[in-house]
Amino acid sequence: MIGRMLSYQLLCSDLDTGATVRFMSDYFQDAVSTLISLLTLFSFLAVMVLSLVWLERKALGRLQLRLGPTRTGPFGLLQPIADAVKLVLKEDIVPNDAERVIFWVAPIIVVISAFMLWVTIPFTPGIVVENLENMGLFYIGAVGVIGILGLVLAGWGSANKYGVIGGLRAAAQLISYEIPLIMVLISVAIVTQTFNLVDIVNLQSPVPFVLVLPLGFVLFFVAGLAEVGRTPFDIYFAESEIVGGPFVEYSGAHWAVFFLSEYINTFAIATLTVLLFLGGWSGPFLPSIVWLLIKIYAVILLIFWIRGTLPRLRIDQLMAFAWKVMVPLSFYLVVCCSVYVFYEMPWWALTVMSLFGLLAVGVIIYRYITAPARKVAEVRERLRSLQMTQEE
Amino acid sequence: MLELIHFNILSVLLFSVGLYGVLARKSAILIIMAIELMLNAVNINFIAAAAFKHGGGLFTNFDGHILTIFIITIAAAEVGLALALILRIFRNKSTVNVDQFDMMKL
Amino acid sequence: MNMHLVIFSVISAVLISCALGVVISRNIVHSALFLLFALISVAGIYLVLLTEFLAIVQLLIYGGAIVIVILFALMLTRNEEYPRIQNNKLWPIAGILSVLVLITLSVSYFQSDVIRNASTTISPAGVKSLGSSLFTTWAIPFELASLVLLVALIGAIVIARSDKGGN
Repeated sequence: MIGRMLSYQLLCSDLDTGATVRFMSDYFQDAVSTLISLLTLFSFLAVMVLSLVWLERKALGRLQLRLGPTRTGPFGLLQPIADAVKLVLKEDIVPNDAERVIFWVAPIIVVISAFMLWVTIPFTPGIVVENLENMGLFYIGAVGVIGILGLVLAGWGSANKYGVIGGLRAAAQLISYEIPLIMVLISVAIVTQTFNLVDIVNLQSPVPFVLVLPLGFVLFFVAGLAEVGRTPFDIYFAESEIVGGPFVEYSGAHWAVFFLSEYINTFAIATLTVLLFLGGWSGPFLPSIVWLLIKIYAVILLIFWIRGTLPRLRIDQLMAFAWKVMVPLSFYLVVCCSVYVFYEMPWWALTVMSLFGLLAVGVIIYRYITAPARKVAEVRERLRSLQMTQEE
Repeated sequence: MLELIHFNILSVLLFSVGLYGVLARKSAILIIMAIELMLNAVNINFIAAAAFKHGGGLFTNFDGHILTIFIITIAAAEVGLALALILRIFRNKSTVNVDQFDMMKL
Repeated sequence: MNMHLVIFSVISAVLISCALGVVISRNIVHSALFLLFALISVAGIYLVLLTEFLAIVQLLIYGGAIVIVILFALMLTRNEEYPRIQNNKLWPIAGILSVLVLITLSVSYFQSDVIRNASTTISPAGVKSLGSSLFTTWAIPFELASLVLLVALIGAIVIARSDKGGN
């Protein structure tokens, strides 16, 4: 029982220094402390999700010249709790033709992957469940993929045409946008020479990376929006086209689980944007956790603003944007970062190179948006010249 | 105590299960899944051999891991191509059962 | 009690039962789900072998990309046969063959010199040394692998695109 054994630290040991020796009781202490921190994380995320629901309804309401929730509690603050109670009390319907096992497993896969992402995200250098020192960024890239499977299985399992279409759309969209997301993570890792999120934040103390890698910031933010399916990219559960996609047959508590994981993922993308590009918890006067939360909520309000402003894309536009704009530019960013590191340039050189890429994005999007107007102008021009020749 | 032979036996078991899947299944997609199992068995073998290796000798301690990385890469390429072929055949024959892929038979 | 052995046995049991699920299950989507769990338990085996890097690669490429692509193909090739699937008529022979392979390989492993000469402790693989080995000794195979991926990508697009939409 008290025999010595190799340490079994999942993913977190500094393996280059070799394995350390530990006692049995350490495992139980580790297990108990990990359990406590996971429970803390769970309750923290639950509170955050409730606040996000309220914030989203309020912000969207103001954007659409409404008041948003006002009746339940002061400023409608109790509205998310009322929503949650309503969802849990609703009847949980399972369709007759559904694959029962898959119908049950799919929401669990989605929510577990959403939570697993949070294991390694630090709030301050001290507040983190397990800072994976060698692997943090890589782990985040890998775990995000598993959630897609849950969506595909949910679409399949509910035996519904809209569900299957939504599942296929989810697979296509999320895999396509995973590539630029991971490429941006790799560029940050190349610049900082580390996968450790705490180190990455500490390295941003003079200059936040949004100034060094403006292109990376934009790519990460857009790809992140697509990953969590926020509005310009919400085609895989578009309510007005495929009536909810993979979630079409889900109701009550099952649907609430999808809803919960969607908001957790939104919060995770906002947090990662802040940690990787906006300097994380660093800032003057206020305590670090307050700075982090201020920045996260600023990014989240930006996400809600975009949701209130932009219309939904079409699936072919979305895929074309991913493969023709995002993926080449993310490769360009990786090359820029490698050149910067190899020739040991000053940091503003990287800013300049990155800005060129950003300029390319701007030009492409501008030309795309103005394409119909240009077409109309061209047709009018031809019509006018035709009329002139006829008059002659 | 955990030794190399444990991993070898696990890998052999996984390989045989995959082999059974390849031989017994009709659907081409299921055959691909079984091939993935066999490839994973090989990967486990490689990594176990690398992890339980003494220092020195012809191979370094990382060769097993690197071969595994290559196998995973090639497996990804293989799955993409194979599924594209299956989609193509499905469009022509509207089945994915391998015993009906007999267009070349006289 | 050896903690390592216990963890290894649990993960192996899950792995083998999920693998059996893949090849025995009558429902093709259940097979894909079993495949996902089997591949994730292989990542667990890699963790037991202290190769965290490959565990995450396994999760990313197999657990994520490959299983999703397989599910994608399942949904696109859906017809009346699904979800019920049949085995080959000769499946008992396949079973006998695989058992024979199992016995042969196990016996040869037990008699092999490699097993007897192997170390009894696991030497961990650091990510940094793995990376430097990959980009120095194995640089040319690495580049070739990327070429293979590119060719496979283009080939898959050319093969799978429909003839009708080619304007």
